[in-house]
Formats: sequence, structure tokens, C-alpha cells
Amino acid sequence: MPHGPMTGRRAALLLCVVVCFFAARSQASELFVSNEVDDTVTVLDGESYKVIATIATDQRPRGIIATADHKTVLVCDGDSSNIDVIDTRTLKVTRRIDTGPDPETLAMSVSGDEIYVSNENNALVTVIELATGKWITQVPVGIEPEGLAVSRDGRTVVVVSEETSMAHFIDTRTWQVTANVLVDTRPRVAMYTPDQRLLWVSSEVGGTVSVIDPNSHQIVHTIDFQIPGVDKQYIGPIGIQFTADGRTAFVALGRANRVAVINARTYEVEQYILVGQRPWQLTFSPDRSKLYVANGLTNDVTIIDMSSLRAVKSVPVGRLPWGIAVVP
Amino acid sequence: MIGRRAAARVPGLLVLALLAGTGGSFAVAAAGPAPVRTFPIVYLREAYPGPGIMPSLLESQPDDLGLAGAEDGTSEINTTGRFLGWKFKLYEETLPAGADVAAQARRMFTLGPAVIIADLRADDLLQLADSPVGKRSLILDIRTSDDSLRQQDCRANVFHVLPNQAMRTDALAQFLVEKRWSRWFLLQGPTQQDAVYAADVRRSAARYGARVVAARSYDYNPGSRRSDTGYQQIQTQMPLATQVGSDYDVLFVADETDLFGDYLPYNTFDARPVVGTQGLIATAWTPAFQSYSALQMQHRFQLFAHRRMAERDYGGWLAVNVIGDAVMRGRQTSPAGMRAYLRSDNFLVAGFKGEGLTFRSWDQQLRQPVLIAQPLMVVSMSPQNGFLHPGNTSDTLGFDQPETQCRMAP
Repeated sequence: MPHGPMTGRRAALLLCVVVCFFAARSQASELFVSNEVDDTVTVLDGESYKVIATIATDQRPRGIIATADHKTVLVCDGDSSNIDVIDTRTLKVTRRIDTGPDPETLAMSVSGDEIYVSNENNALVTVIELATGKWITQVPVGIEPEGLAVSRDGRTVVVVSEETSMAHFIDTRTWQVTANVLVDTRPRVAMYTPDQRLLWVSSEVGGTVSVIDPNSHQIVHTIDFQIPGVDKQYIGPIGIQFTADGRTAFVALGRANRVAVINARTYEVEQYILVGQRPWQLTFSPDRSKLYVANGLTNDVTIIDMSSLRAVKSVPVGRLPWGIAVVP
Repeated sequence: MIGRRAAARVPGLLVLALLAGTGGSFAVAAAGPAPVRTFPIVYLREAYPGPGIMPSLLESQPDDLGLAGAEDGTSEINTTGRFLGWKFKLYEETLPAGADVAAQARRMFTLGPAVIIADLRADDLLQLADSPVGKRSLILDIRTSDDSLRQQDCRANVFHVLPNQAMRTDALAQFLVEKRWSRWFLLQGPTQQDAVYAADVRRSAARYGARVVAARSYDYNPGSRRSDTGYQQIQTQMPLATQVGSDYDVLFVADETDLFGDYLPYNTFDARPVVGTQGLIATAWTPAFQSYSALQMQHRFQLFAHRRMAERDYGGWLAVNVIGDAVMRGRQTSPAGMRAYLRSDNFLVAGFKGEGLTFRSWDQQLRQPVLIAQPLMVVSMSPQNGFLHPGNTSDTLGFDQPETQCRMAP
């Protein structure tokens, strides 16, 4: 075949191959799952749940989030003291951001300009400018800081410290800790309710969720869990998610191998959904029709259908899956 | 914040106006610097003669064993205390070897009862607990594993942090039964503690359906423990000591003073694993443990003490955390109030075992999962799956309420 100029038809075909590929890729959502032991991120197709890619990261990837523009996914590499920036189009690590020692989780500022990182071994929250990787400040907090929550007005960052058993409220204008709330033992995750009126903090060893008034810094309610046939000491609340209307909360219960469905008005636990072993973090699909749960000990992700509140499928990922970020 | 020598020496005639006027209410949510109250903790130990030369060149006994854990723990609870207006101060007192502990307690605690972390042997611990001031103090035992202190010699003012011998043999027994290695050869050393441990091995066998198919006492004479020809002697002696007619699955060694147990692996007459006080052991802590955030603890301790964290260090760390929790979460500052809190349903301490740890009300032993470990790796953690208990699964380890011989006032 002569190497002549492309005919119009062939060029159109080729164009379609390229464009249609990305069009197809950009239509289906994707799940990015950090595998703590494998040093990888597994990318799953949001419809077929087939593995699209396994991306090598630096060491011990845990906290993982997508940026607001969905162009990148950021993952904390605890043993390498940095963040891997994954391009969600090419599925490649395009950049590494120095975080200081042992970053466990991260959150984005409301503006999207700054990253907040909890440095687990150093009792610090490091504030980093996303564009430049420059450290803006470091805020001393309690020992083993982990989960971060950012208020919608951007004025407050909350970090929980596992060993100190506290939720620390940080003022983002002064970078001072303005309040410390003692919660039950070994808190892991903090989450504002969608209406921003309350902050939920899960305590893994305490086995409870503390509901905190973020203005008065008082605990207004403590949620307990009782599961028939499960020893109380195995109930370890960690990941928290709310439905968009704020009426229902989902809490992953660790070694109890269940996700609790909680009426967020009455704090009554309505049911427990059996998932894989040791579920920690959970997140919704973009249309909120599914809830994805990372199961650390069974190395899979459970997919819960939101209309039936049933676990419909479990998908194998890498070893010790820690967290999930979803990109539409 | 991380640095050594956090403990102060107890000043000569001291001390501890403990607890008077430290009570009162405080807000849990404290903004900014709160008024600081100081809470003293006494770390009491005795300069016992060392174990001499350890069989392995890789092993040593640090001078600050236990104490370093308590110091590290104190700096950690002071991080919480900084936010809540508490400053914990650790006072270390080392009594001379052979000291009359009761008399020393009278000398030290002239101003009243105290909260004491006891790094003492069983007889000295009882002297302290039964002394007039000791009786009104709160004592956290971080050294002993003696069954007797949890049974007939239990004391209402003493709480035990580390697992006792029966908890350890039960933890190993569950693991062995789960493996179906249920025929045991029991090799028992010469000491009284070895006899207690051996009795526990038999108790665990009966409890979990294993069998002691052979048993032997071994009065090992170390001679020169380390010499150029040491291994040749050992290679002759150990097979002789372990040649038994019966077929067995594992050799269960009871050698509480580390006389010979470490010589056994690969030197047994038959090709069998060694478990018990050496070989595969049951322990509350090993520097190899990294699950349930233990990795972070190992890292913090290494930075603090410049060595690895041993079991007694973990005991010291945990005891300090128990005290911190009673003061800051339980809001108790008197020994009596703290004791009531530690026995209540409200108390729970985290110790990197994936669950909250609590004290058994019947003997004040901390109930806890127990690690099953070989020198370099954690092999498992007991209770094993499938061993059930109507209350708390960890009560399958050691003396459960129906078996207790401890009589103490609630």
C-alpha cells in the first residue's frame, strides 16, 4: 500500500478511534483504589468494575482523593513522604509532591489551591500549595493525626489524632488550633454533615461515633453500635458518608465486617450491611446510586446498591486496599 | 517533645501531696491554653542483680527496660494533657537490691498515697501492696506474669498490665490446636516458676483438647554459658535431653529464667518445633509487631529510646496510658476514684491490638489479645478464630470468672 496522504475516510476513522476512545473513557466513571501493601493504585471501570490499570506508586499508599476538576487523583505515600499525582486521563503518575514524613491522609482546600496533609509520625498537619508544592505552614496537633475534614466556608480544618483521641479545629486564617474535643479512643475519620451543622467523628477502638457541634465544640450525641452475634470489641467505626440530603449516614465498622446504615436525624442504626473483611474507607459513585467499600483483609471492594441497600458485588483489587477516590 | 530522661528522680523525702485539690471539673473542649494541673506518677523499681550473660549474644537487658516505655508514654499523654490542662510528671525511684520495700514505701510516701507503676518482682510487689501507704495507693504492675498474683495472692489495690502465665499458655494452646499440633512434649526447667508454667501447660491442654504425651524435667547446668566450644556441648546435650519414646507434634518448653530454652530449636532429637517460654512465644509485645498502628508506636519508641521496644516497655507505656485515661477521660484523681473507674464499663485503653483493652473485675488483670511470635516475626494473635466466649472472647485466655480464686472487695 502506498504511503500517500490519508483519504478523508481513513482520517475520520482514525480520529474516531482516538476521540471515541477518550469519549468512552470520559463517560464511564472510574474508581481509584489505594493498595497499602502492594504500592499500587487499582483503577476500576465504574460500570463493568473491570481493572483498567494498576498504577505503581511510591511506598505505602493510603489516603486518596480526586481534585475538584477530576483531572488528577492525589495519593499519600506514607513510607516515601510524598504525594503521587495521577493524571486521570493517561493513568500515569505525573508528579510527586514532598509532604514531610509519613503522610497518611489528605484533603483539598475549598479553593482547590491547597492540600492539607496529616503527617502521622510527626503530629503535624502540613499545608501545601498544590501548584508549586511549596509548604505554606505546619500545624502541631495531637499524636498520630489522621482524618481531615474541611468546612464548606473554608475557614476550618478539622483533624483527628488517633493516639491523643481528639478532634482539633484549625482556623485556616491564622493556622492556629482553636479548639480540641476529646472523643472516644482512637478517632480515625471526621466528616461534616451536608448542612454543615454537625461534625461526625468515628472512634475505632472506642467503637462509637461522636456527633460534635462545630460551633460550641461540645459532643451532642454519641452513637453506639450493637450487632447480634458480634463481640463489641470487634466493632471499629472508621469511614463515614452521608446521603446528599443528609438524612442517612453510612459508617464502615472495621472488624465487624459491616457497614452501618444510620438515621442521621435520630441517630438510630437502621441496619447493618455485611461486606468484606475489615472495611475502612467508603465513598459514593458520582450519581450516588452505589456505595463503594474498601475491605482491607479480603483485598476487595464491595459495591452496595443504594436503592436496595444490598451488597451486590465484590471486586478484587490489590493487597490491603485502604481508600477509594471516584472520578466521573 | 521527644527526648530522653523524662522521669525525674523522687526527691529524698518526698512527696506527693498527690491528689489533694487536683479534682474539680473542667471543660472537655478547651480552647487555647488551659490552667495546668500537675499529676505525679511514681515509677518504682529495684536494682535486682542482672540475669548475667544471656545465652544469645544478640540479647541484652537494657538498664531502662520498662522505664523507657513509661517515659515515652508520659510524653505522649502530656500531648493530650497540653490540650486539657494536665501535666503528668513521672518520678523514678530505684530501690537498692534486697531493700525492705515496705519500709522504703513508708519513707517515700510520707505525705499520703500515690499512683505507682511497679516494676517489681512478685514478693516485693506484695510487700508494697500490703504496706500501710501502699494499701491506699493505686499500683499498676508492669513486670510480673505470676499466676499467684491473679489468684490467691491478688490485691484490691493492684492492677496487672501484662498477661499472666496461664494467659500465655492458653494463647499458645489455641494456636497449636488450630494448627492441629495437639500432642505435646513438655520439657520443664528447675525453678518454681517453671513448675507453675508447666502446670499451666497441662491446664491449657485439658482446656483445649490437646495432650501432654511426654513430660520431662531438665535440670540444665549451664557451666560456662558462652565459650568457644559452646555449640558443640549444646549439640550433644540437647538431643539427649529431648530424646523421648513417644511421638509428639511440638516441644513445649517451660524455662521461665532463660536457662536453656533458646538452645532447643534445631537441637531437638526429633525434628519438631519448639514453643513455650522460648521458640514460638506468647507475648504482649515484640519489636516485630506492626499491625493496628503498632508500626507507629515502634517508630516513636525507637526515636525516643534509641532501641527496640520490649514487652516491659510496652507495659510501662500502657500503664501510663491507663493512668492518663483515668485522669483525663474518667476525671478521677484519687486512687479510690481511679480504681472504681478502671473497674467500670466506662474504662477502655487502646494498646495496638485492634480493640479496646479492659480490666477483669474478678482479678484486675488486663484482658487482651496475646501475640504469638517467633524471634523475627509475629506468627499470629490469640484468641484464635473459632474459640468463643459468652462475654468477651479475650476471656478465653487465662483465668475466667468461674475459675478465679481471687477474693477481693468490689
